[in-house]
Amino acid sequence: MAEQIALEGNQAVAEAMRQVNPDVVAAYPITPSTEVVQIFSQFAADGKVDTEFVAVESEHSAMTACISAALSGGRVMNATSSQGLALMWEMLYIGASLRTPITLALVNRALSGNINIHCDHSDSMGARDCGWIQLFCENAQEAYDTMFQAVRIGEDLRVRLPVMVCYDGFLVSHSVEMVKVEEDAAVADWVGPYVVDRPLLDVKKPYTVGPLDLQDFYFEHKRTQVEAYPGVPAVIEEVGASFEAAFGRPYGLMEPYMLDDAETAIVSLGSTAGTVKDIVDAQRAAGKAVGALKLRAFRPFPADELAAQLAGKKAVAVLDRSMSFGAASAPLYSEVTSALYARGATVPVATYVYGLGGREILPEHIEQVYEDLAAVAASQKADTQPKYLGLRE
Amino acid sequence: MIYPRDAKWQDLARGGIIPEAGTALAYKTGGWRTFRPIRDNECCIDCLFCWVYCPDGAIVCEEQSVKDKPIDLDHCKGCAVCAEVCPKDCIKMVRETEIQD
Repeated sequence: MAEQIALEGNQAVAEAMRQVNPDVVAAYPITPSTEVVQIFSQFAADGKVDTEFVAVESEHSAMTACISAALSGGRVMNATSSQGLALMWEMLYIGASLRTPITLALVNRALSGNINIHCDHSDSMGARDCGWIQLFCENAQEAYDTMFQAVRIGEDLRVRLPVMVCYDGFLVSHSVEMVKVEEDAAVADWVGPYVVDRPLLDVKKPYTVGPLDLQDFYFEHKRTQVEAYPGVPAVIEEVGASFEAAFGRPYGLMEPYMLDDAETAIVSLGSTAGTVKDIVDAQRAAGKAVGALKLRAFRPFPADELAAQLAGKKAVAVLDRSMSFGAASAPLYSEVTSALYARGATVPVATYVYGLGGREILPEHIEQVYEDLAAVAASQKADTQPKYLGLRE
Repeated sequence: MIYPRDAKWQDLARGGIIPEAGTALAYKTGGWRTFRPIRDNECCIDCLFCWVYCPDGAIVCEEQSVKDKPIDLDHCKGCAVCAEVCPKDCIKMVRETEIQD
């Protein structure tokens, strides 16, 4: 029987890892993801999993070990945050370009400097071009459920890519929520065995990995990699639908909330999307036609699907929990506007930056955004510069 | 298989692999070389240090001997490790432009 248990997000994710029982976990602790690895290493020490747990000396080595183990034919998982992800940097690109399925719990935390251990999305966003799939979770249940789906998505023979399961540091990772934990056998059956199609340890069929690749072939190889992504959204939807059929909780690329007849909408990622939905409820009760779009898949960016959801709205606001210094705009806003405008939609989009380094986002901030959106809808003009929610200025 | 030089991106395997092992042999890097190792075979005592240390396997060794054997110039990059480790100082590095082939 599935059980409702009060768990922190990290505990739920470690539980999911126990149930997946991967072949290899190579990890190095960093706040706020530490608990995931700490709890899992206890499972390994207690013999509750068959996993080879590799305690490495850095995140760079952790990712290197994960890539090597995945190439060798193992199912691999890992967890990190912030500077830990930054230290994995060069290996992240290599893992994706070698098409190795790895499931990484990325507990979102601000990047230094100055040093800060609390939530924002600068770690995920800094890695947005490295070729990993990125799925954002709103709460502990979604993080737990998405760990299983990430394994299926990344290992799918049409995909074969590493996946980051992103959830907000402390807000989700250390908050206790009621989580429905499925039966071990039920989730293990649903995840299924790892189909190893090209094990590096098969000495009868040797091949060359990561060779020197200069002016003569590198360009063709990058073009080959591009081809991995257009099919991924359909697999994310397919796996989400299969998960719903098995366990009753629906998942897809995004979650539209009261969006069909909404005149204005807020686009957001992660735990803030939950707060936004609460405000939508309150505004709807007050007779206002507002809605929300929670984006789950940030990479690959589901531009067609997102544009279809937002085209025709009178005004849209995008909430970014990170900056892109020196860029024309913040990361999510950039993606949303280019998705819309490249498809001919002319909806004005307002840009907001919030929550850097764990600064609280409050209901009144989101109410303010909907108020601003009413004005943007009337004027059909949105400022290209972000407004900062909760900043002292 | 090793891909032909005109292979299109559609022809390449997933993940940038070469679906074969030991393919460095077919990838010639001798053109990178600025200095060519020239061994004085009279001086060579066949200690095999050059063969052991060569990072490119370019020192040809047959029947446990390198003396009088060629150096694989298709793969030698001219790094001069062989000249450095030779205990008899038998290997000289000569600038390619000064060699009349």
